[in-house]
Amino acid sequence: MSDILKSLIDIVGEKGVSNAPEELWFYSRDPGVLAPHRPDFVVAPKTTEQVQKIVQLANREKIPVVPMGSGMSLAGLVIPLKGGIVMDMKRMNKILEVNPMARYAVVEGGTSQGALKAYLEEHHPRLRHSIPDSPSVTTIAANVSLHGQGRLTNQYGFNSDMVSGLEVVLPTGEICLIGSPSIGPYWISKGPTMPDLSGLFLGWLGCTGVITKVGLKLYPNKKIREAELFVTDRVDLIPEILYKLTDLELLEDINVWFQPKPFMFLGNYQITIFYTGSTEAEIDFKRKMIWDCLQEYMDSKDGGFMGTYYMKEALLQMPGRNVAAFADVPRGGGFEYSGPIAPIEHFPQYAAKVVELAAKYDVLYASTARLISGGHSMMYSISFAFNRNDPAMMDRVEKALDEATVFALEMGGIPWKPNFKEQKMLLEKMEPNTRNLLLMIKRNLDPQGIMNPGNWEVNS
Amino acid sequence: MYQLKFDQKVCASCRQADCLLKCQYMTFSGHKEAHGEMMKIMKGRDSRVLHECTTCYACEEYCQHGNHPFYLISEQREEKGIFAAPRPITNQWINMTVMQGKYLVGDVKEKALSCCYIPELGPLGSGEIFKDVAEAGVFGTEFMCPAVHSHFARMSVIKERLPLVIENYRKLGVKEVICLHDECYGTLTSIADAYGMEVPFKPVYYMDFLLERMKKLKDKIKPLNMTVAYQRPCSNRLIPDKHPLVKKIFRLIGVKEPKRTYQDETALCCAEIMYSIGGYELADDVQKRNIDDMLATGAEYCVFNCPACQTAFAQKVEKRGLKTIHIIDLCKMAIGEIERGTI
Repeated sequence: MSDILKSLIDIVGEKGVSNAPEELWFYSRDPGVLAPHRPDFVVAPKTTEQVQKIVQLANREKIPVVPMGSGMSLAGLVIPLKGGIVMDMKRMNKILEVNPMARYAVVEGGTSQGALKAYLEEHHPRLRHSIPDSPSVTTIAANVSLHGQGRLTNQYGFNSDMVSGLEVVLPTGEICLIGSPSIGPYWISKGPTMPDLSGLFLGWLGCTGVITKVGLKLYPNKKIREAELFVTDRVDLIPEILYKLTDLELLEDINVWFQPKPFMFLGNYQITIFYTGSTEAEIDFKRKMIWDCLQEYMDSKDGGFMGTYYMKEALLQMPGRNVAAFADVPRGGGFEYSGPIAPIEHFPQYAAKVVELAAKYDVLYASTARLISGGHSMMYSISFAFNRNDPAMMDRVEKALDEATVFALEMGGIPWKPNFKEQKMLLEKMEPNTRNLLLMIKRNLDPQGIMNPGNWEVNS
Repeated sequence: MYQLKFDQKVCASCRQADCLLKCQYMTFSGHKEAHGEMMKIMKGRDSRVLHECTTCYACEEYCQHGNHPFYLISEQREEKGIFAAPRPITNQWINMTVMQGKYLVGDVKEKALSCCYIPELGPLGSGEIFKDVAEAGVFGTEFMCPAVHSHFARMSVIKERLPLVIENYRKLGVKEVICLHDECYGTLTSIADAYGMEVPFKPVYYMDFLLERMKKLKDKIKPLNMTVAYQRPCSNRLIPDKHPLVKKIFRLIGVKEPKRTYQDETALCCAEIMYSIGGYELADDVQKRNIDDMLATGAEYCVFNCPACQTAFAQKVEKRGLKTIHIIDLCKMAIGEIERGTI
């Protein structure tokens, strides 16, 4: 038995560590198209102190550490590119506190979206959090770490904007509280009115520390949720339609999507408009506001609302499961997307690019854009499905995604949850002083370069 | 291409103009104006009817001469490039119902039980009432009546697809097709006849079948002693001679349908299609008046004929306190296959 394995067993116990090949096989890959890479160990801590000891050990021994939630980013963000230790956080899954009046929850770093949703439904039915459309097993800490989005993103911004405090273990082993919990018992602010240090960890994909606790803002859970589906075949109208919808300032979420299959969606762009209300009267009022604001497109016959009775249940699911269904259209159950954050006015160009890339690389596309912060930007997903048993198809998808990222950068977009290749492209395009600032932060926080190496690797 | 059989002389000399004068969604000052608008349409000129028609199909019933005014209106809309509903919605329906070779055919011999392209029809066509034909179900766009495209003024789609549907049935070698969706029956009779399409089998309206079966199951019927309001579907306007079957079935199973304002010839459609065509103000108003009228009768149930109406409209009806049920399930309730209150 190696010394490292023995040390890890000493920290978390025998059942919390493995270097068995069959387990390392699973921890070497994610569901996307990127090549796997084997870790040397996988360890599953149960406490912040165990995380601390593992990081101290890794720092001492200069062993890479890759913090992992459920590993569902699709972008290979927890593939241990340089081996080392994959730190599976899922055993740290306690919901530590819910403050219903201040509307926040504090959860451990491996708590899943589904666990918090179920807990709130049972104990605090008036509250909800912004649920992403990833599977329920995905973790809250990982989601905020990669600037995820969710059902409330149109109203309140990225899910990382909804963080109200953090506990992190720094790469050198210190346990550090970020935001209001650093000065008192309340998890009400991740920074303001102090310097906002959460930016040292959010978006860094585990390269600057391990998030062991997350304070997360909660929001009113209205009794009624509804969805309208507006359809147009004119892509050039989409930005203006979205502008009008966001101008209402009353919508929960807005998604624009198009795909060639099934046939009923061919040639059209669907805009799913989610809204909520406490009463039927409120719902009715909002529905009329939504219809009224798009009346001109109905009058011109360029757009209209489609009946949603057969689709409503699927539309209102949280998380939405249509994504998984899309993944299996070519059989083999794979899909991956490039999701640049972009101005809404660029929707037509992105839409054209998706179709172009799908044709060029002979892959099946689907595209969904989610509005962020009332229309300040959108996450534009350029999604391609693939058969996991078809390496050639996976290769074509990877090439298509790479080209999509090049396009997004040319358009001034920012790749969302960028894989290591996209990170390199971003850093190359980044203004030099900004890149140097990143380098300063990384070097100071992680002098040994042990945290998720291969990601956000800034060279001087 | 099939041509609509529309007798221009009959229309020109019509003294009633009931097709438009009785319309519940457009108003005309009198015969002169209504007749004048029809003449414009007939002569291929623009008419406000081409822009205002909500596609309720009722003029097919109102016309005393069987002259298919609605089909003519839809033809002329398409001819002039006038979209009844928004273009993307129109195309969505065309794409959604395209034949893709994905259909279900049961143990079909001389009879087929048509479930159109409506999944809800499969479970309805079951139990004691359908025991001899339930296995002979067919489902899919290959067997779907394309009449829905008349709502979108795309008669060309009907003319293209209906012969294929008829041919698909013919290939099955059936002598009878029992249509669980009354729009299928209306398509295979009214529309096929209007366009001179030969139907090489006998379309059977499901309520004819239902009535005969219920007569045979009379010993099992326990009168329901309930009051209902009936939601007449748009497609029933294509086959108004079949409308009296509803009352016969109700009578047989002990169901009372009190007189109300929007009934029989003045029935209001479920209005779901009107959301696309006329906007929410019209559709909301029609649905509200309809439900208000149902409630005023003291009805316990709203009884549907068309599962598409039921899917779209039932929830709104239920929110106002009425239970909803399809007429087949109501018959199943009468013979004890469905417990009262469970639907």
